[in-house]
Amino acid sequence: MKNKFLIIILLIFNIKLNANENTGVDTKIFKNLRCLVCQGQTIAESNSDFAQTIKIVVRDKISQGSNEKEIYEFLSEKYGEWIVYKPKFNYLNSFLWISPYIVLILGGYLIFKYFRKRRQ
Amino acid sequence: MKVSLLKIISFCLVIFTIVVFFIALNIDNRYSTENIVGKKIDNFKIKFLSHDQTFENKDLSNDKYNLINVWASWCLPCKKEHPILMELSKEKNINLIGINFKDKKNNANKFLKDLGNPYNIILSDKDGISSISFGVFGVPETILVNTKQIIIKKFIGPLDTNDYKNILSIIHEK
Repeated sequence: MKNKFLIIILLIFNIKLNANENTGVDTKIFKNLRCLVCQGQTIAESNSDFAQTIKIVVRDKISQGSNEKEIYEFLSEKYGEWIVYKPKFNYLNSFLWISPYIVLILGGYLIFKYFRKRRQ
Repeated sequence: MKVSLLKIISFCLVIFTIVVFFIALNIDNRYSTENIVGKKIDNFKIKFLSHDQTFENKDLSNDKYNLINVWASWCLPCKKEHPILMELSKEKNINLIGINFKDKKNNANKFLKDLGNPYNIILSDKDGISSISFGVFGVPETILVNTKQIIIKKFIGPLDTNDYKNILSIIHEK
């Protein structure tokens, strides 16, 4: 009896954990999607009609088994890459992704050189 | 004269920043239709406005152009473009499909009764989810699909006389 009770509790807890996990994914996606009819708002922040529809579509896609990448691809295909806040890595924006690292390495080199010169 | 490496790098960084700002500020970030034009229409299944049966992409006409118009009775620009649709409905080689968007059936029927019905087929997308397949984010929006089910033009906002002429030139093109 005690064991059965424990199993039921664990099952409920497990279902709850899964539900929370699912909510996390959709919220993460909403935060990375731009509301096309709003002024600088994400789908997560907006209460517009468009945002509400996109939220339903994203949740439907998640329940159908689509992953985050597939959902972004689906929406980018319909609305362009502009709908996704975090740009995809491709040859056009590769410099945008790499440039902070170049600046970091260059900056480090310059600082190193400056201090070495001062020490001499 | 020996120019220090630091000066060269600083100069390059300033030039780079100016170039990045110049390019970025000139990019048109508004939503454009270029992503959807030229692509085959997605699979869709939308209920008819008058009954519960569904209309699918395979039901689209294969011998005529299909003009999919997303509209609603509560949308004022839809009233503005309605005469254009009425004119287009007189054309023989175009099939007009109206998708009633987030609307009430009674209001939609009243709208068509008052202004006339230009559509060959009227569908109902009550929650607006099916219209996402067409990249719709508001009403009215119109999509011109050819006989091979390729989207050849998308019009955002109400159709005007220029759009009307544009559609005519496309559908009469040999």
